[in-house]
Amino acid sequence: MTQVSMRVDGVGYTDEVEPRTLLVHHLREALGKVGTVVGCDTSNCGACTVHLDGQAVKSCTVFAVQADGAEVTTIEGIGSQGDLHPVQKAFHEMHGLQCGFCTPGMIMASIDLLKENPNPSEAEVREGIEGNLCRCTGYQNIVRAVQQAAGEMAGSSDTLGAQS
Amino acid sequence: MIPAAFEYARPTTVDEALQAVAEGGEDVKIMAGGQSLIPVMRLRLAAPSTVVDLGRVAEMRGVRDDGDALVIGAMTTHAEIVTDPLVAQYAKLIAEATETVADRQTRRRGTFGGALAHADPAGDLPAVALALDADMVVAGPNGRRTVPAREFFVDYLTTTLDEGEILVEIRVPKLAGDWGVRYEKFNRVAQAWSIVAVAAAVRRENGSIAEARIGLTNMGPTPLRASATEAALAGAAASPDSVAAAARSAAEGTSPSSDLNAQADYREHLAQVLTRRAVIAAAGL
Amino acid sequence: MTVTEDPATAEVAPEREVGKARRRKEDARLITGRTTWTDNMVLPGMLHMSVVRSPVAHGKIANIDVSAAQQAPGVVAVLTGRDLAEEQGSIPCAWPVTADMVNPGHPSIAVDEVNHVGEAVAVIIARSRSAAADAIELVDVDYDLLPPVLDMEEAVKHEADLCHDHIDSNTSYHFVFDAGEAGTGGDTEQAFADADVVVSRRFVNQRLIPAFMEPRSVVVQPQGDNFTMWSATQIPHVLRVMLAMVTGVPEHKLRVVAPDVGGGFGGKLQVNPEEVIALLVARRLGKPVKWTETRSESLMAAHHGRDQIQYVDVAATREGDVTGLRVRILADMGAYLRLITPGVPALGAFMFPGIYKFPAYRFECDGVFTNKVPTDAYRGAGRPEATFAIERIMDELAVELGMDPLELRRRNWIQSQEFPFTTVAGLEYDSGDYDTATQQALELLGYDELREEQRRRRESNDPVQLGIGFSTFTEMCGLAPSRVLGSLSYGAGGWESASIRMLPTGKVEVVTGSTPHGQGHETAWSQLVADQLGVPFEDVEVLHGDTAVAPKGMDTYGSRSLVVGGTAVVKAADKVIAKARKVAAHLLEANEDDLDFSNGKFTVRGTPGTALSIQEIALAVFAAHDYPEDVEPSIDADATFDPVNFSFPHGTHVCAMEVDTETGFVKIRKYACVDDVGTIVNPLIVEGQVHGGLAQGIAQALYEEAVYDADGNLTTGSFVDYLVPSAADLPHFDTGNTVHVAPGNPIGAKGVGEAGCIASTPAVVNAALDAVRHLGVQDIRMPLTPERVWRALHHGGDGGDRATAGSNAYGGAQTETTAGVSTPQSSLGGDR
Repeated sequence: MTQVSMRVDGVGYTDEVEPRTLLVHHLREALGKVGTVVGCDTSNCGACTVHLDGQAVKSCTVFAVQADGAEVTTIEGIGSQGDLHPVQKAFHEMHGLQCGFCTPGMIMASIDLLKENPNPSEAEVREGIEGNLCRCTGYQNIVRAVQQAAGEMAGSSDTLGAQS
Repeated sequence: MIPAAFEYARPTTVDEALQAVAEGGEDVKIMAGGQSLIPVMRLRLAAPSTVVDLGRVAEMRGVRDDGDALVIGAMTTHAEIVTDPLVAQYAKLIAEATETVADRQTRRRGTFGGALAHADPAGDLPAVALALDADMVVAGPNGRRTVPAREFFVDYLTTTLDEGEILVEIRVPKLAGDWGVRYEKFNRVAQAWSIVAVAAAVRRENGSIAEARIGLTNMGPTPLRASATEAALAGAAASPDSVAAAARSAAEGTSPSSDLNAQADYREHLAQVLTRRAVIAAAGL
Repeated sequence: MTVTEDPATAEVAPEREVGKARRRKEDARLITGRTTWTDNMVLPGMLHMSVVRSPVAHGKIANIDVSAAQQAPGVVAVLTGRDLAEEQGSIPCAWPVTADMVNPGHPSIAVDEVNHVGEAVAVIIARSRSAAADAIELVDVDYDLLPPVLDMEEAVKHEADLCHDHIDSNTSYHFVFDAGEAGTGGDTEQAFADADVVVSRRFVNQRLIPAFMEPRSVVVQPQGDNFTMWSATQIPHVLRVMLAMVTGVPEHKLRVVAPDVGGGFGGKLQVNPEEVIALLVARRLGKPVKWTETRSESLMAAHHGRDQIQYVDVAATREGDVTGLRVRILADMGAYLRLITPGVPALGAFMFPGIYKFPAYRFECDGVFTNKVPTDAYRGAGRPEATFAIERIMDELAVELGMDPLELRRRNWIQSQEFPFTTVAGLEYDSGDYDTATQQALELLGYDELREEQRRRRESNDPVQLGIGFSTFTEMCGLAPSRVLGSLSYGAGGWESASIRMLPTGKVEVVTGSTPHGQGHETAWSQLVADQLGVPFEDVEVLHGDTAVAPKGMDTYGSRSLVVGGTAVVKAADKVIAKARKVAAHLLEANEDDLDFSNGKFTVRGTPGTALSIQEIALAVFAAHDYPEDVEPSIDADATFDPVNFSFPHGTHVCAMEVDTETGFVKIRKYACVDDVGTIVNPLIVEGQVHGGLAQGIAQALYEEAVYDADGNLTTGSFVDYLVPSAADLPHFDTGNTVHVAPGNPIGAKGVGEAGCIASTPAVVNAALDAVRHLGVQDIRMPLTPERVWRALHHGGDGGDRATAGSNAYGGAQTETTAGVSTPQSSLGGDR
């Protein structure tokens, strides 16, 4: 067993883990962060996407020991029902989800994309979320949601800019 | 699925890493970004007894200018390569190919050195390293040695790395002169490995093609150079017709596999078409 | 004239909920990760189950040695088929399509023989998930190999190798529908004998994998002699009945819960072997047990879909009037019959004539056993296969006749004034207008411009050619009228149940037997009830998916939920209103007949100012201080709706496709469709269902195929090789609707879940063929891999079979060298 410490959604945790423990299993089983899910075993589907030190990664393809000392953000840490992240809000508004299983990963990947490219074209969104599979939506409303969120996030930063 | 249990070592220097590898025994596995290794461990196609994680070896990370060459640390991630100004300036072909690797999350973790040492013939970067005549700097128990890319890849998933050795950095000669580059990737879906891909760097001089370097992805158990096409292009007119003629020999000397995505003859055909397209694009025709 | 407004009636009527693009109630928990997937569940003392699966496609089990696994750390028990043989029964098949159908029986764990790769041969029960996984490789099984039966056309030959040696052929059943014999059409043989033109084709509708995103998962908790099962299932109600029948656990001692379920698409319409085993294990050990599959297990062992070889003949006059249709099918059952395995092709039998007025039709189908995982329902189930065949052969006929494919369709399709129309297959199509939908779809596509561009590209011999393909489809939805199901020998009815409970505070609980897994029932049902009862949308809560909460139901599949389940909800609401009317009359001291009910209020005609809302009545009957003598103090109501007929959504799908003739790469340039799904309760949800269906239908055309090698190994065993498309691989869809209300239910809805998936596949293939037909290509086998397209272009034929020996299981090249990944020579891991 190896000791690992990490902050997850703003809370510090220190645990003993087997080195083979995948980050996603650590999150789900040791920390109860079941909002992040596992959809495949070959790093294709992206359902397990979280942010590791601010960058989107597939938590099924990272060992928990590799995240020792890191800051992890999951779908549970970006917003709450009364205070949704603009991307969460946009997925709801644009009907960017159906069964919702891919949604946590899809939202986390989208946030990462928007950080890098705040105003992506349709094609850029499609490429930006190529690492996340959805079987329900056909992606079109997801793409709309990401673009809508981009607009909203740009709008809110403009407002801030005007104030300062 | 869950990988089989293993011992874990997390060195912070190359020397520590070499020691950890030496102590890890026969079934030791060195992990760079882990983006290929962890899936095969989850599928239990690999079950190393010890994993040496290079993730904290800071000296293996980053890109630096070293006169005629760029030196890329083996643990530099794909995401870092794609946004690196030195790579953009002196080795654009690497950036262009790296952008096509897998997806954004995978590029955050996967590394340049990991991709080269894994030596998957369907991986994008080995052919690029080969086309750019990169040198692999390998650290071992007896010090460092440098292996040219042409000698580095010896077979399917196999390199000249000996037991106990680690690929620490890659020296990429800067392209001097009027070079254009293109990575032409052909796959069925965005996330998939290349069925065939062509890495081309072309230097033009006085309206003709002075020199072309062409690396082929997935045209054999190792990355290959399209030598016959390169020879035909040297000094050829910079015209679509002469490129097309030269590209017809792109599959010479290759031995592509037949698998789920393509039979060998189709791969040979693709190599010709993609080589033509890559060279035309690289030459700005 | 002076109008004196009565304040009670002057209120503006609330906007109707039906038709509104309500954002979904379901989303709140899904976008914040506050979900209840089955795998999230942890119970005190819970054990974990893993499954040891056969690596061979066909063999006798000579010996199983579980001793090493039993000794492994954390392992509690190891059970084999022998251990469970007495109690496991057979996975049920609810659809014996013919009286003499052969069912070889389907043990949940193989006892003597394995018949497909991935079949369970033992289970390990351990204290942790990892201990259960670790012990798998410690179970040592010896197999005496038997020849695998893989190719249907070989399997039906005389003296073929047998999939099951205790039955005397590989044919499970021979199902025939002959319109002449049924009295719904003329003599098919005569029609072909008299035809000017006959076009015959062999189509392969390849094997697909439903690939729902949430892997299957089940948790069983024993409590005394009671059991609760949580399962990632589409069908908690059907599952409960079937598990009771199979295992002998009495139905009233078994509760089944489908919590949040991450997609199904028919793939979770099953009584899974692992569900049966988990129940038996929990019963034997008296402890809670969980099993969650890996993706590789899911692809290998959860049921597949499609997989038909279709021999289609169409007869026509030289002028282009179709005169006969003859279809023979080999349908791959896989190794066993699961819940509705044999019924899937039979369900399609009635849809081959499509929207066309064939005077004669004959359908024959052989259900064939092979050593592969069983097939069963997958989005559309029988109807996509039929639609593909008819929409492809219509294009082939058009080519043969030298006609425009749309003109041929128009000439033969049912005209809008001809509804209701009884087809040659005996179905009564309810409503629609094929011409209008087609016109709109052409406009959405920008048809004329694209045809012009196609001409230019042809003339200039552009390496990238353009094609346009059509699919003018209909489907039978709203499964299903129980009497019709009975006539087709299906084992159950097709009704749906609903209850409405009026709570004392006026809030409304709606209980539905139709169990959702992403379709948005909670939102749509709330809209229906809000309109019907005149209560706010927010005041309605929809309960489902737990047999203790929603005791009766037939669950979700076959585009049935709104049409059948939604109607049950509406009918329950009507009963609530009828009961409330009696109470209202009593409280308002009026005659029932003098009461009006609108916007949730009872008013007395001619007595302004008197009003009593249904929510107030709910409180009044809760208090029960003052209610009529002759009624019970409750206005709650149940309803069960059994449709009389199917509903028939239709639509026109048009695809414009670019084909790179040098590489064979195909790329959808534009996709437009106009669907008529009857009344649209929620346009957002309808659009979303169409989009998702399109993605899956396009994926069948272009990307997906379950490929087995010559030994019966699934070579597309992970998402590396089974290509579920990403956002980057799919186009933007231009969608639209026409609305012809379905006469068979009070909502007027026809069903939308399967439309996109059924319609799109032939449109895409027709488009690719249209691009390259002038180059001599007649057919390309699905999926249209670049290699197949290239081979069809340059070597003729349909592009051939890509299931090659030594295909890759992971990554770049050959299976046998994958082990090389772990050699020290390959050293530094991680390509990417």
